[in-house]
Amino acid sequence: MEEKLDYIKLASNKSKGKRPYFHDDPAVERVLNITMALAGELAVARERMDSIERLLEKKNIVTREEIENFVPETPEQEEQRQTWHSEYISRVLRIVQQEMEEMENPDKSLEEIANDINEM
Amino acid sequence: MAKNLTPVWNKIAKHAMLPETTHDERARYNFLSNLNKHLAHVAQGNKTAYENRVEPNFKKEHNRSIETKEELQNAISSDSHYQIWSSLRRSTMEMRQQAGRSIVLRQAEELRDKAEKLNKGKSTLVLNPDVKVPEYLMAVDNHIMPGSYHTELIQGDVTPAANYDSGIFVTTAGTIGRYSDGGGKAITTWVRQNYPDFKPKRILDIGCGMGHNVLPIAKAFPDAEIIAIDTGAPMLRYGHARAVDLGYNNVTFMQMDAAKTIFEDESFDWIQSTMFFHETGGKSIYKIMNEVHRLLKPGGLTLHIEQPQYTDDMSLFEKFMRDWDALNNSEPYWSKMHDIDPAELMESSGFRREDFMQIGAKAENDLIEGGNDENEPEDYGRAPIWNVFGAVKN
Repeated sequence: MEEKLDYIKLASNKSKGKRPYFHDDPAVERVLNITMALAGELAVARERMDSIERLLEKKNIVTREEIENFVPETPEQEEQRQTWHSEYISRVLRIVQQEMEEMENPDKSLEEIANDINEM
Repeated sequence: MAKNLTPVWNKIAKHAMLPETTHDERARYNFLSNLNKHLAHVAQGNKTAYENRVEPNFKKEHNRSIETKEELQNAISSDSHYQIWSSLRRSTMEMRQQAGRSIVLRQAEELRDKAEKLNKGKSTLVLNPDVKVPEYLMAVDNHIMPGSYHTELIQGDVTPAANYDSGIFVTTAGTIGRYSDGGGKAITTWVRQNYPDFKPKRILDIGCGMGHNVLPIAKAFPDAEIIAIDTGAPMLRYGHARAVDLGYNNVTFMQMDAAKTIFEDESFDWIQSTMFFHETGGKSIYKIMNEVHRLLKPGGLTLHIEQPQYTDDMSLFEKFMRDWDALNNSEPYWSKMHDIDPAELMESSGFRREDFMQIGAKAENDLIEGGNDENEPEDYGRAPIWNVFGAVKN
């Protein structure tokens, strides 16, 4: 009998080569990676709940196996689930979108606007 | 679909080797393919950042434009949008590897046993433990896949291929089809359209991996003898078992280095590679092309699907963005291969320049949701649109 792989540790191994860091402070990178992993796990929990709700609605009796094997059953369900992911990601990454909008249309600061309004 | 959503993971083609997945594992993949798609939009901000502040700031400081990739790299590295996009993209690729490996490693023995059962007694799988994994593959874990294609964590391991198979659908967000064979399908269609009388008897696929792109060729030419080679034993075991389960019996998977095969001179009518050369090395690429020329029959066809080459009219910014994956998603040779002229590469191996050809190819997709909407932004290096180069040997 072979010794079982320590799959939990092995699954998170790093790949060859120095890991690139993009922020000025590596701590930002670290926190971001932990945050994104949490974001992913919330999405996973949400999708599971979605299955439970749909199954409850459908049958009123739910087994573990039914939950484990549930996949979207109609194109509408597929669309609803993927839409949820799409909306969720957009919500979590709101600041990135806002920074892009700011780049495209550079805005005045609130101090400048206050000064403007003061003259209005 | 109006929102151009990515297909749910369970749309992936099922076969006996596909790893078992729990509900949460499938959900994790769904999150990641959506995140990949979202980040393709975030990537568009890099161009805005470059044009609106990175380049103007450089000009202000140096009284001239950015002239080299290195200057661009230095200048853009401190831009906050480039930083957040880069770190999110890197993090997404790492999460994709973690998600795939956590699925396959927990069932490594079961997957191995399934492969052994399908492969047992078949002459169409030929492994050779004396084959050395080339240095260029030992030097890096391509697409930050820990252990790359060849590492065996248990005897008879197939997990690198099972991870690749289940995850490529996520990385490509379904754009290359349920069998991830959009490249192989595209090349098959092109060959049939352009060489309707071509009846290859013997076909070689080099760097076949798990064989996903050779199977459409095998389907289109059922009477041909097809040999698919790779140095990674886990890929071959899995690829062969997958092909057997999908009903193919005309593909022989052999463990072999494409730079030094055991085949006779002029013994193939068609030699194909798909997304292979950019994962080789600067000297090996020439050795492999020499081998292609040696093995090809006079009048034989060779085609190689690759990422687009860099051209003079490609902007420095686009070149830089295309290099991002090479360095930050660990496909380092890609950043060097861009500078090789494929016509010269082939000419140096004995092909005639006038026989050189270059065409564009777009993945053929059997998924409604996987189509790349024209309004979707181009995600450099990820779009299922490729360059194909090759020649007829005369």
